[in-house]
Amino acid sequence: MPVKLTVTGAAAVAHAMRQINPDVVAAYPITPQTPIVEYYAGFVSDGIVDTVMVPVESEHSAMSAVVGSAASGARTMTATAANGLALMAEIVYIAASYRLPIVMPIVNRALSGPINIHCDHSDAMMVRDSGWIQFFTENHQEAYDFTIMATKLAEKENVLLPVMVNLDGFITSHGVESFEMLDDEVVKEFVGSWNPKYSLLNTKNPVTYGPLDLFDYYFEHHRQQEEAMKNAYKELPGVFEEFEKISGRRYDFLDLYKVDDADYIMIVMNSTASTAKYVVDQLREEGQKVGLVKPQVFTPFPKKEFQQVLNGRKGVVVLDRAMSFGKEAPLYSLVKSSLYEVASRPSLGSYVYGLGGRDTTPEMIREAFEDALQGNLIADEQRYLGLRE
Amino acid sequence: MPNIRDIVGYVETHDWGFTQGHRLCPGCNAPMVANWATLAAKSMGYEPVVAAATGCLEVSSTIYPFTSWNVPYIHNAFENVAATISGAESAYRSLLNRGKIKNDKIKFIAFAGDGGTYDIGLQALSGAIERGHDFVYILYDNEGYMNTGNQRSGSTPPGADSTTAPVGKSISGKLQLKKSIVDIVAGHEGVYAATAATAEPWDFMRKMQTALEFKGPSFIAMLAPCVRFWRIPDDSGPEVTKLAIETKYWPLWEYNMGVYKVTKKPKTFKPIKDYVTKLGRYSKLMKRPDANEILEELQNYVDAKWDRLLALEEISKDKPIRTKI
Repeated sequence: MPVKLTVTGAAAVAHAMRQINPDVVAAYPITPQTPIVEYYAGFVSDGIVDTVMVPVESEHSAMSAVVGSAASGARTMTATAANGLALMAEIVYIAASYRLPIVMPIVNRALSGPINIHCDHSDAMMVRDSGWIQFFTENHQEAYDFTIMATKLAEKENVLLPVMVNLDGFITSHGVESFEMLDDEVVKEFVGSWNPKYSLLNTKNPVTYGPLDLFDYYFEHHRQQEEAMKNAYKELPGVFEEFEKISGRRYDFLDLYKVDDADYIMIVMNSTASTAKYVVDQLREEGQKVGLVKPQVFTPFPKKEFQQVLNGRKGVVVLDRAMSFGKEAPLYSLVKSSLYEVASRPSLGSYVYGLGGRDTTPEMIREAFEDALQGNLIADEQRYLGLRE
Repeated sequence: MPNIRDIVGYVETHDWGFTQGHRLCPGCNAPMVANWATLAAKSMGYEPVVAAATGCLEVSSTIYPFTSWNVPYIHNAFENVAATISGAESAYRSLLNRGKIKNDKIKFIAFAGDGGTYDIGLQALSGAIERGHDFVYILYDNEGYMNTGNQRSGSTPPGADSTTAPVGKSISGKLQLKKSIVDIVAGHEGVYAATAATAEPWDFMRKMQTALEFKGPSFIAMLAPCVRFWRIPDDSGPEVTKLAIETKYWPLWEYNMGVYKVTKKPKTFKPIKDYVTKLGRYSKLMKRPDANEILEELQNYVDAKWDRLLALEEISKDKPIRTKI
């Protein structure tokens, strides 16, 4: 029977990892990801899991070891945040191009500089084009659930791509909240065993990983990565459906909150969606037809789903917790370009919020909604919530 | 130690681990290193799994869709071969322990040049050794970034011409001595570390055997000339490394858990000048007025290093400082 646990988000993720029981975990501690590694090291130390843990000397080596391990046919995980992800970045791209189904929780934190240990999404956005599947999660339950689903999706033969599971630094990772944990056996059966076609440890059929791929093949291989990403998009509904069968929780590309009759929609990722839902409820009580869309999957970008839900609305405000200096904010630019093809485009507004862990209050969320409600949206203007100017 | 009959017998009936079709330069000493290491492992009944750092050996042996590797092989990036192989070795331990694979003959061998070892890969190497992974790391040391056209590395010796520390009108090329990489590795203590040279294949084979049988991290630094940028004849690589041994430039020695051993003690030594003047990479230096001064410094340095090595051998005899990794 599933049990309710009231723990931190980091513990929830560590429990998902414990139940997946990967062959190898190679990780390096970094605030605010550290407790995930600490919990997992504890599971290993107490013999609760028989994972081989590799306490590497840097994130660069974490991702490098993870590549070596996954290429050897081992189910392999790591976790990181911010500067750790930046240090890994070179190998993050390599992991995807070698088609290694690695799962990596990212505890979102602002990238330096200047140094800041608190939440924003600049880390995830830095590697959004690396070829990894990217999930975003609102709370403990989702962080736990998506870590399990990530393993299932990554290892599908027509996908074979690594997956990042993003959860907000401190807010989710260190906040204590209840979530429902599935039975160990149920998770074990759901993720199944990983039997790769090509392993470095198969000495009878030696393979070469990572050859020099010049102008005559590199392009085709990148095209294949794109195909794998399309397959991930096609496989996801099946994974959501299977997960619903074991958990009773139904996920989709987009989490839709009170959107059915909504004229005005806010789009926001991760924990701020909880605050936004609270504001939606308030505005609904005041008679305003507002709703919320929270993307759970950022890569592959659910363009069609966005088009379906946004077509014909009066106004849409997009909240980004990352900057793309000199360009439109990352989520906004993708949502905006999705709408090029719809019949009836809504007015659009771009809002950057919460950088470096700046607290995002219901009042700030309301401010963005008010702009939409008052017809005060300018598609070509980036606005800021909670900023002193 | 595999004897010559075993090895000849082996190559007559088996494939080489590193086979034909690679595009390394004529006379390059790197393929010898790859050949001998995989051959030693295979002739001893082991099944090598190889990782390589970015470098000459890597770019020349696996140009897609071809590969010269007849054993499992992975290249990841420039600075992380030690981390990559530590991941593969961890996977192996886990899968063996979980009964998912049965093959207990696998040995992990990493290859890297001096750029990938002395410089950009030093941190990953240090971490992998400290963690005690069971692998053999083989450095083919050609004393520069030769793959990209002879740039200076932490291994380039003073006075050698390179494109990023050229011997010029006012500066005599690289001014610093090369790092003593085997001492750095030995500083991790729980390790087997050795020098080797392409002039001494049997010395290398014996060290390779020790390394393969060592239950933990091993490191062999093989002096392997780049004939192109050392400006030496194509067929003279081993001859040059022989001279490096005879001039104390590259003594053959090993370190095992605290115990130092000099594995070749020439009865007489030649002056360092004999080595330097043999290599075209020093020809610009030799035309400079300060050439003799630099040679004298180098002579004093190799003499002192040799004496130190003998002293270390003496004081550490039968006195390992560690008994486990």
